[in-house]
Amino acid sequence: MIHSLKFRAAIVSVVLLALFLGIWEGLNAPPGDTQPLTEYEKLMGGASQEARVPQPSAVFSLAMEELGNPFYDAGPNDKGIGIQLGYSLYRVLTGFFMAALVALPIGFLVGMSPLMQKALNPFIQVLKPISPLAWMPLALFIIKDSEASAIFVIFICSIWPMLINTAFGVANVRQDWVNVARTHELGHLKTAFQVILPAAAPTILTGMRISIGIAWLVIVAAEMLVGGTGIGYYVWNEWNNLDLTSVIFSILMIGIVGMLLDAALASVNRLVEYQE
Amino acid sequence: MTYKSLNDPFNPDLSLRHEAGCTCSRCTADRDTREEGQLPLAAGAAAAGTAPESLIQTETLASEEAVMDRAIESAVVRSVFGHSEISRRSFLGLLGSGTAAALLGSVFPMEAAKAAIKETMSTGKLEKTKLDVGFVPITCATPIIMAHPMGFYERYGLDVSVIKTAGWAVARDKSLSMEYDAAHMLTPMPLAMSMGAGSTAKPFIMPAVENINGQAIVLHNDHKDKRDPRQWKGFKFGVPFEYSMHNFLLRYYVAEHGLDPDTDIQIRVVPPPEMVANLRAGNLDGYLSPDPFNQRAVWEKVGFIHTLTKDIWEGHPCCAFACSQEFAETHPNTYGALLRSIIDATHYSAKPENRKEIAEAIAPKNYLNQPVPVIEQVLTGRFADGLGNVQNVPDRIDFDPFPWHSMGVWILTQMKRWGYIKGDVNYQQIAEEVYVAGETAKVMKELGYEPPAKTYENYTIMGKEFDYTRPEEYINSFAIRRS
Repeated sequence: MIHSLKFRAAIVSVVLLALFLGIWEGLNAPPGDTQPLTEYEKLMGGASQEARVPQPSAVFSLAMEELGNPFYDAGPNDKGIGIQLGYSLYRVLTGFFMAALVALPIGFLVGMSPLMQKALNPFIQVLKPISPLAWMPLALFIIKDSEASAIFVIFICSIWPMLINTAFGVANVRQDWVNVARTHELGHLKTAFQVILPAAAPTILTGMRISIGIAWLVIVAAEMLVGGTGIGYYVWNEWNNLDLTSVIFSILMIGIVGMLLDAALASVNRLVEYQE
Repeated sequence: MTYKSLNDPFNPDLSLRHEAGCTCSRCTADRDTREEGQLPLAAGAAAAGTAPESLIQTETLASEEAVMDRAIESAVVRSVFGHSEISRRSFLGLLGSGTAAALLGSVFPMEAAKAAIKETMSTGKLEKTKLDVGFVPITCATPIIMAHPMGFYERYGLDVSVIKTAGWAVARDKSLSMEYDAAHMLTPMPLAMSMGAGSTAKPFIMPAVENINGQAIVLHNDHKDKRDPRQWKGFKFGVPFEYSMHNFLLRYYVAEHGLDPDTDIQIRVVPPPEMVANLRAGNLDGYLSPDPFNQRAVWEKVGFIHTLTKDIWEGHPCCAFACSQEFAETHPNTYGALLRSIIDATHYSAKPENRKEIAEAIAPKNYLNQPVPVIEQVLTGRFADGLGNVQNVPDRIDFDPFPWHSMGVWILTQMKRWGYIKGDVNYQQIAEEVYVAGETAKVMKELGYEPPAKTYENYTIMGKEFDYTRPEEYINSFAIRRS
């Protein structure tokens, strides 16, 4: 048990983390102000010579404080980290599911019909590489609502991996299975839902997993741009105050929530996997 | 809504009194229900539903406005007949109500009376009390922000949410889409938006300037030896927005020192909160930006204050309070209350003795999210300049709501000078349409402040005379210009 690979890897991880944090903490100790400050020094914000990266201990104590009361609400511009993450998750999931509603049927169509594949391909190729944030000014102008615009940006960036993976999965279902369905005289719809969909499901879910990852990346930037609420706004607001401790804390939170989102889709993916 | 005592005073068949024995349908209905032991209120509605003839006699006054009109008419007619119902009804019955109304109208200015009474009443009734007002987190927005924690909006019956905005482009777009009812803007923005420069055209009005002065040119610490602007060739400067006093003042300042702002230096648009980080990263050599980011650069030991903009143009306008004309027209009373709270807050901010208290009120995360000492240095004008001196400039930033038309004209001349607008510009007309100084003056007077007697004046900027009556000549007098 003690010698299992998992256990040993965990020990190495912890040692690496401790080493990293120790060096970080040691290198960034602030010098104490020893002598009484003159008025000029006070107006300059103390005698310490330059701004430095906050120590892990400062980040940790801030994290304790923020996570101790994650749902406080002190006005429209100051809300707890839990509320901010909630807003971001709501936008990501709304945009993501709207994208799924559009991308999966179109992906199916493209995958099943070589004609549609050829016809839609140019559009997909042009639209796919556009940075989601490039849509933001246009979205703000047309939709005239910053909340809906943020969701639209998530929608537009989630759509492509899902669409392409669905098309790929559907197009690559083994021909034998489709032939068997044909000999059993299954109709088109029945073939699609009973043979092709289950066969392509793992590929489709991989596409969805990529999409949610991108969506979570994009929401931070989108919220930084429009402000208001969300984890992106939180980072921007702390940057506005050049408060690096909070920025590092929010980076950690973004990482953890992103990991959880990915893990959720990975477990759904395992449900539809099959052995050939 | 039906108002029993507000029957048409010109109708001889209706009583205005409703005393015992009154025969109007409402009164009989009320009496019936009282006899049956029902609640009069519920029964009144039931009676209106069951007895169709009651609809003919008891009309429903649709709007509050109609109720007001009727009340005024009623008061006038009653007084004409010495409050005698009998003589009113017999006189009107003899003459017919239309003739009587016309006759009365010829001796008594009924419409003017209605308008005058409604005017004085209008301060009370707000069309909308929950408002969203956007702001960019800088000290220029002080009155807009401090009005929230210090209760100025509440005082005028408004429930305002002040909403932090990431930058001016977003503030503009959210204002254009009416997501914000009103917003903190830069003084050139409503002019540009109304003309459609840099956005779709939508008429905006600017009833109040927020701050005058209050900006500075900050340079990176590496440039402490380059205090002469002629040494700035190749510098990268940040300004918060194209249509900003910051951009126009920086351009004016370097051009007066013989540098062409379009070729000799680079001017980049950087949102205010990102200025300090860009300066530290070496992405900018300096910037002309709103506070607290000038003082913040000193506090972070990244840069020093080269010059305050008050030394370029003493008393220049900077930020503004603006809203769409549509908002002001559809919600006149709310707009009035909002304007009163802003002008009141602006005057409160102007008093030096209030500045420390304000600094503390607007520093928290919900507003500016800045260290209190930084804000305090900006607002009190006792500050470290980053060069080793403590300076004392009480009017480093000041607050004055009056939107001078001549300021608008100056801004338009600079927009024309640098090619942001082209062709013939009707300077005074645009300035007068957007900068609604008349409304500001009215509210100032109402609140006990003395507005200026005129709306135009000439300025001296870096020793150069600006004559508002000759904008084109002024533009052509500059050696460095785009048009």
